[in-house]
Order: sequence, then structure tokens, then C-alpha cells
Amino acid sequence: MFKKLATGAAFALAMIPAASYAAGGAGHVEDYDFSFEGPFGTYDRNQLQRGLQIYTEVCAACHGLKLVPIRTLSDEGGPQMPEDQVRAYAADNFSVYDPELDEDRPAKPVDHFPENNNAGAPDLSMMAKARAGFHGPYGLGLNQLFKGMGGAEYIASLLAGYTGETKEEAGTTFYENTAFPGGWISMAPPLSDEQVEFADGHANDVEAMSQDVAAFLMWTAEPKMMARKQAGFVGVLFLTLLSVMLYLTNKRLWAPHKGKH
Amino acid sequence: MSGIPHDHYEPKTGAEKWLHSRLPIVGLIYDTIMIPTPKNLNWWWIWGIVLAFCLALQIVTGIVLVMHYTPHVDMAFASIEHIMRNVNGGHMLRYLHMNGASLFFVAVYIHIFRGLYYGSYKAPREITWIVGMLIYLLMMGTAFMGYVLPWGQMSFWGATVITGLFGAIPFIGEAIQTWLLGGPAVDNATLNRFFSLHYLLPFVIAALVIVHIWAFHTTGNNNPTGVDVRRGSKEEAKKDTLPFWPYFVIKDFLGLAIVLVIFWAIVGFMPNYLGHPDNYIEANPLVTPAHIVPEWYFLPFYAILRAFTSEVWVVQFASFVTGGIIDAKFFGVIAMFGAILAMALAPWLDTSNVRSGRYRPMFKWWFALLVVDFFALMWLGAMPAEEPYASFSLIASAYWFGYFFVILPLLGVIEKPLAQPATIEEDFDAHYGKKSSADATPAE
Repeated sequence: MFKKLATGAAFALAMIPAASYAAGGAGHVEDYDFSFEGPFGTYDRNQLQRGLQIYTEVCAACHGLKLVPIRTLSDEGGPQMPEDQVRAYAADNFSVYDPELDEDRPAKPVDHFPENNNAGAPDLSMMAKARAGFHGPYGLGLNQLFKGMGGAEYIASLLAGYTGETKEEAGTTFYENTAFPGGWISMAPPLSDEQVEFADGHANDVEAMSQDVAAFLMWTAEPKMMARKQAGFVGVLFLTLLSVMLYLTNKRLWAPHKGKH
Repeated sequence: MSGIPHDHYEPKTGAEKWLHSRLPIVGLIYDTIMIPTPKNLNWWWIWGIVLAFCLALQIVTGIVLVMHYTPHVDMAFASIEHIMRNVNGGHMLRYLHMNGASLFFVAVYIHIFRGLYYGSYKAPREITWIVGMLIYLLMMGTAFMGYVLPWGQMSFWGATVITGLFGAIPFIGEAIQTWLLGGPAVDNATLNRFFSLHYLLPFVIAALVIVHIWAFHTTGNNNPTGVDVRRGSKEEAKKDTLPFWPYFVIKDFLGLAIVLVIFWAIVGFMPNYLGHPDNYIEANPLVTPAHIVPEWYFLPFYAILRAFTSEVWVVQFASFVTGGIIDAKFFGVIAMFGAILAMALAPWLDTSNVRSGRYRPMFKWWFALLVVDFFALMWLGAMPAEEPYASFSLIASAYWFGYFFVILPLLGVIEKPLAQPATIEEDFDAHYGKKSSADATPAE
């Protein structure tokens, strides 16, 4: 019977085709090892906090995170900052327009990160899920199970992918980038070595910072990832147990009607 | 209800008799649950339960999602993120609903192909088949409109492309398209009506599912041999069948549980596997995505839609004969719906008087090729509209129609079927050894 079940399951899996389909002219995406990859991967709290610092000091100048409530910085499975720190962070870094006061006031944890599209910069809330670095093997996308979609890898590769070449086109400067589809991006290289100082003295070269901020943006895009994986694990465990019990029940139930045992 | 003789519900206590003489609902449920079912059903028969589960899952998760969703072009995208971030368990509900649609289609495709192989569509089960096809059509409509609701880039552009198909209908197409969209383009009016219909159609599906079950409970289930259950007497029927409860309920639940292990692993560990990253970008009517790809379950028919370009002679011929009324775009639309209609017509196109593919040596191979063809079309639907994919799509589409309109009618005439077992009992015993249910004692 297991042979038949296996055939059925294999068939069911085979029905799932190349869902994600690689866009043409994609750049090179480096396969970084992130702590949150794979069924048991978790966010590295310190890395998320470093990423937040980089976002605040560098990215926030042009980009927004309008879908992310600031209070979630203290949520479990995230940067998990103490609440008073989050309150201070919000007030120190952002001001928001309050329609009741009809004026700007310092941000509170209940506010979202402000919207910002300086120079046409896209919002970064969902960026790590809106880009796919991996489509393999054979365009089947199955390595998502172990590596994720590669959104964070794409961001890190992009930030570390500047070659230093520039070109002018219709009055706009483009920067050559090995990860960006098409090879030329209008965003100037945002990071430089030792640009951000971490309190714990962690490495702050472009490569390290690219990965830290990419990890942070993975969290802003998928803040409930750790809760989800845990639910996945518990669910798979109990459903497997249920399957075994049903298998034994079914076997015993049918035995009197089958000559072979 | 069933044509197979079996024991019916007998009210015993006074209260039971009182209710039964006023509303025989217990009897109806009893007869439905205890229906004699061919005991040789194999594992391909579990997908009906999986489908029933999917419908329930989608309705339950959907109703809760609606409590937090806002169908407005300015707020829909953010309200989905609100569900993902702020609603208790919202991220799981949303991912279950999203991937539940895919499980629904995996199950329906296996269920349909099982029916095609074992001849479940043949007399006397044509109504079951047709109702099933209607359910499948409604599922596609529901899934399509549901995909628009998150208001991402693929939602918007998918809706634009698919509603554009109706614009291809000669003379009245544009008016129909405007009427469907509630305006000249996909906008707030479109989102609102899609939301309304996405909520309504599942209940229509649920009603049709009842009709579907009613129909095959009237004719009895088909089975892997395609041989009818003996109906001469209760004793005879008992040799071929076992009651649905507990035998098939437990067996089907086992199948469902195993399917759910895989499903839950996908939801928990790779929930965006079947989605498209572009749909995490909010809809923007000014920016067209590089590749507009429909969800995987539409790909085979999307490939057929795109296969018939103006370079294909059939299209040129149709255009010439109709004086240009049928152009390539409209031809593609006809072909796409025709491909589904071809399946629906299978009961009348198949001329063989043998039901099960098991005893049809030639049919087997053509059927296997149809399955390959289906996967090929699915793959081609995801490829860009350029060579060599365009030619492959045309060949694969031609086979799809050829199978239903040429091969099925011809095979019935030229094929020499193998000997079929005289009874279901014979098939069951050949497989499991002689120990017929007549002398079996039920499990304690």
C-alpha cells in the first residue's frame, strides 16, 4: 500500500510545476548563508538590530517602511528590543504628521515607519519577498525549502554588487551593478566601509553590512516567519502521528476482508 | 437513494419515529454515509475527500480573512499586510488560504484524470461528470477573482489580461468587458465586484458538490474495473461492496492526512513557493511586469489560449471563412474554453463500451500521452511567447483536442479490449486473496 501512496504523493508533487519563473537578464545573486534559511532557520536577533541601525542611518534617507509598525521591533521573533528602547528609538529618529494636532510630532511605537520615496526610492517593507534570487533546480524553485526565495540574497548581492563604473543617460547617472537585472541601477552605492559604527564593534565592511540590512529587510517582509515555522513543525509532527494512527486503524479495519495479512 | 440494495435506517425509539415521520433527515444522512461502495476502490479514489476538505478549508479561512480585509484599491494591499502582521494567527490563515487554492487544484486535476482513466464519465454517470465540470469552471472563476484581491502587481495585470479575453468577442466584446470591469479598466469597481463574487461562488460550488454527490450516489460509484456492482439482491451486492462508513471514511482520512502532511510542510516552510514575487509589489497601473504569468493551475489552458496565433493556418482559415470576425485573439479564447468543453463532452466522444482504462490496451498509451501533454502545456504556459515554445504549444494543444475529438471516438471502434473480471468481488479477491466478505467477521 505504501508503494501506491508514494506514487500518489509523487504524482501530487509532480503536479506542482515551475511556479516561479526566472525573469530574463537577471543579474548574479550570491548565495549567502543566512541564519533564517531552511525549515529550522531563525532570525539572528543581533543581526536584525544591526540591520535596523543601518536602515535608520543610511537607507531611511530615501526609502520608507510604511507597512511596518515601529512597535513590532519589540515583538518576539524580531529584533526584540526592549519597549522603552523602541519608544526612544521612535521619538529620536522619526516624526509623523498627526491629523488631530494638525502638525508633526515625534513618532511613537504605535506609528508605522514613515513613508519615504525620496528620488523615487521604492518602499522596502516587502522588498525581500518581492524579489526572488533563486528559481532552481531547473526552474522548479524547490530549493526554497532550504534557502528561501533568495530575496534577502538579492538585496545583499545588490548592495555589495557595485563595480564602481558609472554612465550618464538622459541626465541620470547609472551605476553598474552585478546583481541588478540589466546591470545598471540609478541608486548610488549606499554603503561604504566603516560607514556605520556598531556598539559591539561588529564588522562594518560593505559585505557584512549588506547582509545585516538584507536580514533586517527579510524580517520586515516576513515578521512572523519564526512563528510560522514553528506552527509548520508542530503541524507536520501531529499530522504524521495522525497518519500513522489512521494507517494502523485502516489496516485493522480492512484485515477481515482481505485474505492476505 | 442508491440503486444498490442495502439496509436503510429504521427509527426505533418514539422520538426517532416522531422525527422521521416529519423530517427523514436522519435517514438521509444514514443512507448517505452507509452507501454501499465498491470494495476494490484504489488510492486514486481518495481525492474526493481531499476536495471536500479543501472547500471547507477555503470557506472557513476565507470567512475569517474577510473580517480583516478591505476591498478598496487604496487599502487592499495594506490590509493583507495588516492580516499578516497584526491579526492573531493571521499569517497562518492567509498562507493556508493561499496554498489551499493550490491544493484544491492539485486534487481536482488528479480527480479529473482519475475519472478520465477509469471511464467514470461514461453512462450512467454523465450528470456527475457534467456537474463536476461546472464545479471545476466555478473553481477557476473563484480562484481567479481571489487572486485579484491582494491587489499586487500580478493581481492587477492578471485581471487586466484575463478580462481582456472577453474583449476579444466580436461586436459585443468591448461592451461585455466594460460591464464586467465596471468601467474602462481594472479599478475599484472591479475589485469590489470580484470580492463579492469571490465570497458568493464557493457557496454555489458547495451546492453543486451536493448535486455531484447526489448524482453518483444514485448511480453508485465507479471502480477500477468499471464493472457494475451486482444489484440482484442485498446479499449479492454485499459481496461487491462495503459500507462507506467506516471502511472508506477511514481509508480516505488516511489519504487526506498524508496529503496534509505535505500541504502543512509547504505552508509552514515555503508558503510562497507557488506564488509570484511580483504580487508582493502593490498594483501599479503604470508599470507592467516583465512577464505576466497566471497561477500554475491556469497554465495548461493559458498555453492553449496563446498557442493559436495569426500564423497558424487553422486560425487563418477561420478568419477567412468568417470574413475576419474570428481573429487570432478570439480563436485563442474559443480554443481555451473549447479545451475544457472537450473534457465535458467526453461521455459522448468516447465510443468504447469498456469503462476502465485497465482493460483497454491502446487507450492506456493515449491516456498516458494526455497526462504528459497536460504537464507539457503547464510548462509551456509559463514560458515566454516565443520560439520554440510557440510551436510546442501548438503541437501540445493539437494533441489535447485530438485526444478528445479523434482518438476517443476512434479507439472504441478499432481497439480490442482485454477480458474484464465478471464481478468486483473477483477483482478484489484476485488482489487480496480469497476471503470474501461473506464469511468475514467485522473488526472488533
